[in-house]
Amino acid sequence: MSVAHLVKSFTLWEFVKAHTLTLKYFFKPKATINYPFEKNPLSPRFRGEHALRRYPNGEERCIACKLCEAICPAQAITIEAEPRDDGSRRTTRYDIDMTKCIYCGFCQEACPVDAIVEGPNFEYATETREELLYDKAKLLANGDKWERAIAANLEADAPYR
Amino acid sequence: MTSYFQSLGLTYEWSWFIATIAGILLIALPLMLAVAMIIYVDRKIWAAMALRKGPNVVGPFGLLQSFADGLKVFLQETIIPSASNKGLFLIAPIITFTVALMAWAVIPFNSGAVLADINVGLLYILAVSSLGVYGVVISGWASNSKYPFFSAMRAAAQMISYEVSIGFILICVVLWSGTFNLNGIVEAQQGHGLGIVNGYFFNLLLFPMWVMFLISSLAETARAPFDLTEAESELVAGYQTEYSSMAFALFWLGEYANVLLMCTLNAVLFFGGWLPPLDIPVLYLIPGWLWLFAKIFFFFFVFSWVKATVPRYRYDQLMRLGWKIFLPMSLLFVVLVSGWLMVTRYGA
Repeated sequence: MSVAHLVKSFTLWEFVKAHTLTLKYFFKPKATINYPFEKNPLSPRFRGEHALRRYPNGEERCIACKLCEAICPAQAITIEAEPRDDGSRRTTRYDIDMTKCIYCGFCQEACPVDAIVEGPNFEYATETREELLYDKAKLLANGDKWERAIAANLEADAPYR
Repeated sequence: MTSYFQSLGLTYEWSWFIATIAGILLIALPLMLAVAMIIYVDRKIWAAMALRKGPNVVGPFGLLQSFADGLKVFLQETIIPSASNKGLFLIAPIITFTVALMAWAVIPFNSGAVLADINVGLLYILAVSSLGVYGVVISGWASNSKYPFFSAMRAAAQMISYEVSIGFILICVVLWSGTFNLNGIVEAQQGHGLGIVNGYFFNLLLFPMWVMFLISSLAETARAPFDLTEAESELVAGYQTEYSSMAFALFWLGEYANVLLMCTLNAVLFFGGWLPPLDIPVLYLIPGWLWLFAKIFFFFFVFSWVKATVPRYRYDQLMRLGWKIFLPMSLLFVVLVSGWLMVTRYGA
């Protein structure tokens, strides 16, 4: 043990240095965001809660191709389909188990008609697990609710696709 | 206060009794309030040093956070593990809490403003703070669970190790002031440093003792970097693991009351207690208890500061520091201090 080392350890030199550093940080502006009142900006590519979109005339986009169901790595999507009265192919059942979903975004990548998308909403915590088993009505309602934000995000991201 | 109640026409015994009860309430209730606020301050300081804002939602600037937490804890269910020793399990937090309050009886808040002005105040504090470990040990054993038990073992070893050196440090202070009475110790510090600085820290022989006392009081209250008893990465929450609801809150309150006590002891033993920092007549216009509170707050800031800065010690490092560095150092200083006093004061 050298003399320098002895002096250093008995004057608690490292501690003094560390405490000066933390004292500097004590007076620095804080990095915290006041979450419910302040929010971080989100990327247009943010993958949040799912939504099923409609065309501007109100017709639902989904054509029941089941590509999303096929690609879903967590097998969270369940689709049943049969021809509607007017002969067009539509889903009769479109369920997403949000507790299985891993938010990879493959479903919206796979969708040929931009029907299933992951919107910017991430504040949909529920009190029961059952509320997280989304059905077609819930997804379409999400689409109606978030359409403007989703359309804006898709447009913002379009040049890079 | 006794004479005031006597003037109301009560007998001496009754007035003494009522005065003592009033004194206890006068200390314990503000102390509980102080503990609630100090937990908030602790979190704020800790957060600020981590570049966070800390609690700021409940009440203005989050000032009511501790009360919200207290209410939450109060409404929770008390869970008693079926394998635990029920009686001991419930009595352990009560011991911790009571003992943490007991020591305050001999703390002088102003000249003569002390609940029990006993001549062996410092010995009383040593005795009571040693009792504090019983709450931890009993809770660890009564929980009948692995981690609380480890934690209790650690707590016992840690507190015993550091009490030894604290004892020697206190001997230095007592030698210098010539009394065990805390009031007397404070008064002996008046103008101690060059006739103008109040406090033993301004003394080449006692300053190292103060540094060691500060570090030992961190260890004694199981604060970072000596919080091995509740090392959450190894022991979940240590001896508190099985506790919930009010039992948990009592541990929490007792722990912080102990931290405040240690801050107070730092202020009283080395920084002149209720005396102003400098022996200038103008400064005596500010009441003594305000000076004491300011000093306590300063030391609490230091405690939080340390907590925000240093990582936790390993168990063998803790023991090495206590037995191989602090013990010989404090013994050496007992010899130095008594030798110095022998030569200068008693002219041997």
